[in-house]
Amino acid sequence: MSVSSHVPDAAGRFGNFGGRYVPETLMRALDELAAEYEKAKRDKAFQAELEDLLHNYVGRPSPLYHARRLSEECGGAQIYLKREDLNHTGAHKINNTLGQALLTIRMGKKRVIAETGAGQHGVATATACARFGLDCIVYMGEEDIRRQQPNVFSMKLLGAEVRPVTGGSRTLRDAINEAMRDWMSSVETTHYILGSVVGPHPFPRIVRDFQAVIGRETIEQAKRQIGRLPDRVVACVGGGSNAAGMFYPFVEEQGVELVGVEAGGRSGEPGQHASPLSYGQPGVLHGSFSYVMQDEDGQTCDVHSVSAGLDYPGVGPEHSYWKDSGRVSYTSCRDSDALLAFGALAKAEGILPALESSHAVAKAMELAAGRPKDEVIVVCLSGRGDKDAAEIARLTGKET
Amino acid sequence: MSRIDELFERLRVQGQKALMPFITAGDPDLEFTAAVLVELMRRGSHMCELGIPYSDPIADGPVIQASYTRALDHKLKLAQILEMLSGATPKLSGPVVTMVSYAIVLRHGLKAYVEDAQRAGVAGAIVPDLPADEAGELAKLCRAADFSLIQLVTPTTPRDRALRIAESSTGFLYYVSVTGITGERTELPQSLVDNVGWLREQTPLPICIGFGISQPQHVKQLAPVADGLIVGSAIVRRIAEAATKPREKVLADVGEYVATLLAALP
Repeated sequence: MSVSSHVPDAAGRFGNFGGRYVPETLMRALDELAAEYEKAKRDKAFQAELEDLLHNYVGRPSPLYHARRLSEECGGAQIYLKREDLNHTGAHKINNTLGQALLTIRMGKKRVIAETGAGQHGVATATACARFGLDCIVYMGEEDIRRQQPNVFSMKLLGAEVRPVTGGSRTLRDAINEAMRDWMSSVETTHYILGSVVGPHPFPRIVRDFQAVIGRETIEQAKRQIGRLPDRVVACVGGGSNAAGMFYPFVEEQGVELVGVEAGGRSGEPGQHASPLSYGQPGVLHGSFSYVMQDEDGQTCDVHSVSAGLDYPGVGPEHSYWKDSGRVSYTSCRDSDALLAFGALAKAEGILPALESSHAVAKAMELAAGRPKDEVIVVCLSGRGDKDAAEIARLTGKET
Repeated sequence: MSRIDELFERLRVQGQKALMPFITAGDPDLEFTAAVLVELMRRGSHMCELGIPYSDPIADGPVIQASYTRALDHKLKLAQILEMLSGATPKLSGPVVTMVSYAIVLRHGLKAYVEDAQRAGVAGAIVPDLPADEAGELAKLCRAADFSLIQLVTPTTPRDRALRIAESSTGFLYYVSVTGITGERTELPQSLVDNVGWLREQTPLPICIGFGISQPQHVKQLAPVADGLIVGSAIVRRIAEAATKPREKVLADVGEYVATLLAALP
């Protein structure tokens, strides 16, 4: 199957994947959002405003940094880090929330809801809402509130209301359920700023497009700094927004190998990981048809990851499309390897990566080892790890 | 003509309206579910809607969510629900339709779901997360099997879209009373009667109103404009008591509650 970057179609299909499996109540809002987004895309003033925000508020372009000491340690290919951790709010999530905040205003809505796992999308949404004077409510699972405390404080300081979600596994999946339920009642006045390339059409497309700045900059920077495109590009995949943004501009660059890294958790046993592309099968969750961890009845399975941002049983439909077409290879990285990579990057380069991004770092280190020294691997360092310091100390038995 | 079509034809001739209670399968177990179905019909309910528990129901409020969680905590399987229905439906005077997430139907297989449900005596399905735009394949299978696929119209549905949905729905059209999730409301929107009234002039399909309905006064207010009314959370909340109270008492409570609603029908 050949892969196209001209997806999704008008029905939100990436090959067989995607679509809209949501209650009728939400359909009009999704149609309106798709229409407004099409208008905004063609509107030069919208594009200019977003570009100005990304440059002067977020600090883009984010650097493409040659991690020489880490490369040296791995003893092979050269590792470059796309420093999304240096963005305002410390992760790639802000690229999307500013874009969607502008869409919210264009649609005349004043209230915003969001879900968050690691808290990075919650902070980025709270930030965008503060910047534009929008009311902001963030749904977050109780378990994630516990393990990502610093981000919870930040959201509150930014004026957002954080609503704990106590249902189910009390993680990202349940936070999305709760945000969707809020939206079912508030859809006429509220925009749901979904944080990943998941959910019903047009979200997977809109979020990918807003995140594609990551891949576009990487292509330009690689050409300028290295004189060519990288051999491999590696990114972590939970819902898959940083990976989608990084990979999408590379999709038709057939010479570049793309590697998505899912959360391998404790093992490949059911319930011990969060790797639907590696172990799941196609099904419906949260409004779209994509790979998912579910049982033989279609009930969503519990999953596990040390990283709150990857602790999700589903994945964006475009990743499913890329998997089945063979354009991107998906693999997974265990909790323990991600923790080791966290430490390795901290000590070799003085950079604390987010636990999510540490999964990609771990895989890049493995892929770099033993490769020729003139090969280049780019890792999307999607976020910073300050938020994880206390949780890592707890997990590794070290005092903070 | 499905059993649902026959029911509404009969009610129209008699000038009657339908009451359709919703209950969750397997809350707290399937034996009780079967007993409740029998009780609901014995009291005069015209039809029953059986919720197939789902792990991530985004259209449901806390009461129905909690009932799904209770059922799934006991590792309830679709095959067990269908088996219970095979035994129960022959004893029931009216049709049963399943309220089932598309995640479950798709995983079971569209054709297999229609066949297996029909074999268990089920007359149709409401798939709340399958909007008309995505329903083509399932609708075709349902039509061929004379298995009703009931579609939903909501207050946010534009009128031209509502007409298209009415054309593709079979059995009846489910009009969602509020912009929101399932759950009891004290007051229902003023515009509801007008909106349903308008839709009734556009389509020959029976229209049933659901979401929020819980009181005899709701039934009095809405029955004249609709062909049937659906009551869910108010019943599921009473059934939840079966966890702590004697089952005969819960069964009697549910039966008496439904009788007060039935008495409010014109």
